[in-house]
Amino acid sequence: MRVVKAIFSHPSGRIGGAIVLVYLLVALLGAVGLTPHDPLMQYRIDRLHAPTSSYWMGTDLFGRDVMSRLMKGIGQSFTVAFFSVALATLAGTVLGLTAAWYGKGWDTVMMRFMDVLLAFPAILLALLIVTIVGPGTWTSVAAISIVYTPIFTRVVRGPALSLKSRDFVDAARTFGSSRSYILTRHLLLNLVAPLTVQVTLALAWALLTEAGLSFLGLGTQPPASSLGLMLSDARNLMEQAPWLLAFPAVAIMFSILGFNLLGDALRDILDPKTRRA
Amino acid sequence: MATEMKPILSVRDLHVSFGPAASAKEVVHGVSFDLGVGEVLAIVGESGSGKSVTALSSNRLIDYAGGRITSGKIELLRADGSVLDVTSAGKQELTGIRGAEIGVIFQEPMTSLNPVLTIGTQIEESFRLHRGLTGAQARVAARDALERVRIPDAERRLKATPNELSGGMLQRVMIAMALACNPRLLIADEPTTALDVTVQAQIMALLAELKRETGMSMIFISHDIGLVAGIADRVLVMQDGKVVEQGELSQILDKPQHPYTQHLLHAVPHFSSGTAARTDGARTIAPLPRPTLEVDDLVVRYPLKGGWFSKPVGAVHAVDGVAFDLMPGETLAIVGESGSGKSTTARAVLGLVSPTRGAFSVEAQAARPGQSRLPVQMVFQNPYASLNPRLNVEQILAEPVIATGTPIDKAVRDRMVALLKRVGLPEDSLARYPHQFSGGQRQRLCIARALMLNPSVVVLDEAVSALDVSVQARVLELLVDLQHEYGLAYLFISHDMAVVERIAHRVAVMYAGQIVEIGDAKSVLSDPQHPYTRKLIAAVPTIDRRNQHFELDTRQVPSLVRPVGFEPPVANWLQCGEDHKVRAEV
Repeated sequence: MRVVKAIFSHPSGRIGGAIVLVYLLVALLGAVGLTPHDPLMQYRIDRLHAPTSSYWMGTDLFGRDVMSRLMKGIGQSFTVAFFSVALATLAGTVLGLTAAWYGKGWDTVMMRFMDVLLAFPAILLALLIVTIVGPGTWTSVAAISIVYTPIFTRVVRGPALSLKSRDFVDAARTFGSSRSYILTRHLLLNLVAPLTVQVTLALAWALLTEAGLSFLGLGTQPPASSLGLMLSDARNLMEQAPWLLAFPAVAIMFSILGFNLLGDALRDILDPKTRRA
Repeated sequence: MATEMKPILSVRDLHVSFGPAASAKEVVHGVSFDLGVGEVLAIVGESGSGKSVTALSSNRLIDYAGGRITSGKIELLRADGSVLDVTSAGKQELTGIRGAEIGVIFQEPMTSLNPVLTIGTQIEESFRLHRGLTGAQARVAARDALERVRIPDAERRLKATPNELSGGMLQRVMIAMALACNPRLLIADEPTTALDVTVQAQIMALLAELKRETGMSMIFISHDIGLVAGIADRVLVMQDGKVVEQGELSQILDKPQHPYTQHLLHAVPHFSSGTAARTDGARTIAPLPRPTLEVDDLVVRYPLKGGWFSKPVGAVHAVDGVAFDLMPGETLAIVGESGSGKSTTARAVLGLVSPTRGAFSVEAQAARPGQSRLPVQMVFQNPYASLNPRLNVEQILAEPVIATGTPIDKAVRDRMVALLKRVGLPEDSLARYPHQFSGGQRQRLCIARALMLNPSVVVLDEAVSALDVSVQARVLELLVDLQHEYGLAYLFISHDMAVVERIAHRVAVMYAGQIVEIGDAKSVLSDPQHPYTRKLIAAVPTIDRRNQHFELDTRQVPSLVRPVGFEPPVANWLQCGEDHKVRAEV
């Protein structure tokens, strides 16, 4: 509650938070099917119709309602982003915590492997994985989560290492506290703040990576819609039907802006160094 | 002293505030003093008393910390005889006096130097900047500066990086740099607080000698009134941003007027009389009870690896053949300097480090409800680091109980409230978080946590060292009361002899991983036998020794690294009192 209040009294947090909330609402409506039209319905007579009162964002080459497809697409893109970031957070936290806790060989092997993963640009690595496994929604979730796991591993390992040598962990050992208690209560609980910031920022990157994969035809498969796919379809019709390109492009831009602003605000709020006393 | 001469620094009604103008907090409320040429003024007070702020106003270093002089006057007599009002001086003038007229040395020599540059480069830089020396000239000046602060083998040290030198050596380097431009005023801000007591004595001796050589004036800031007794001409005692007492050294020490000054003086050790030692020890009762904790031949070694695939080339003998026993209701203080192995001994007793060999047995007291599996508990030095900031007091106190697998029920909660009350914390503390407490309160909280399971032994590792003198006194009182009430045995690890004197029944002196002297506190502290114990106790600043000067001694502590398979010779103990024995040196 305190954090929510702080977000909305932080200038960029207010804007970012509002944008993200609007997107979540739209994504939810899109996901449950509460769209103005059926996103798959082809209104053949109204093909490539410019925005009007019945089609607020116009129609595409097959006469499908762009707004409905956009809502569905936002739902789709957000689903992929959420699942992939959730997986990456889980995997990164477990790997980072165990690397810090057990140290030695496990730490070295794990962190060098993460370095290798980090050496590839995100989109290239995601492409590589999807090419090997084959395109689809769930393979892109897997690919994106693998791509962002090293970042979470690093974000967790560093602070976990320093927390591990803090006196309260030694104190816990003298009480005979169990390993799981120390890992969750003393390490993980203190990592919530940096993880929250990282999750917010990673959501923005995941959205962008998903859009990129779909744009290249390796993510969400037609006839389902996603932001990247819509961009890809619109590319050839850019001059005849600019609305096809404009709406999904603006949607991608604002979603990333929203998450980045929110992430920056969270960093200011949760980081004790910048937090006002 | 220099009353007829013009003072080098004259401060009148100084007020200093921190923070933005609207919500400024005044931390110094109207301080006035004069510092004569060649005089040493000691400013004594606890953390937050405004002593550093007052001193660092004289070269406006406080500007960088967000401080502002709101009113008052600071007049500095410059080398050319002119008088500068520091409060209204411009940037140019301030740069002119910093370093050249007023040198400063700080508490932490380890963080004041750049870790990647050699000592030589850093000293040469101050000569280049302030005196315009270049190349070979600067190098010679740097070497001379190191020799001036009595660093042996100066030529070679110039090429060393800060991590290769000990804390005492680094503080000498800092002094050499501060003196590079022959300042007429040196501000020493707790320059020895981070150092061991024998090293502290060396630095104090050095400062006194340098002062005699150069005739510079000095402002010496300290929380320890015993320490300033050896160097100050005049003393200024500060509390809460105000001067509570100031005067000549002898007047302050012998006839303190203000209760706070009297309190500070009370905290200084008085070994020679032996009157402050505790007399309620467990060994005064006959027959002797069974010891609660017995440690025999405790050895902790860390192997040193030669390389990835090669065999160990030796081992660090952190603790070697330590043996002692601890009676119920007794405090054994283990004293020694950093690297002596005292903390490692404590950590081995707690099971935080695994000993290479050695036996210890802990006699648990008759089974009580909630008895810990480990009847030994610990209270750490830093009350800020030993409590998880994300847990509230209830969760903190619950942790040891959860560790035993006992569910948290009403009985446990009642015990929490009772213990909180017992250690002097408000009863509504359960829902609060550590950051809502002061340092002393946090340490009380740590004590309550250690007592949750009715331990029979509590290890106190520098438990009061991070606290201010007045807070320290109250926590020590609490510890003594709790000891009587619960029959606790304390293993009290400390470098601070003043504290040891007040809490210990018995004292064990550790040096280079071994106990060199052990026995009854009164006997060990007032009649030390081992040469190291003598040196250690002689180095502790006390008021009685105000006119005694220390010989400069630049010997290093022997290395603890031994070849593989090395076994120290079996200790030969000499009995020199009913309960006092000393290791015979071969």
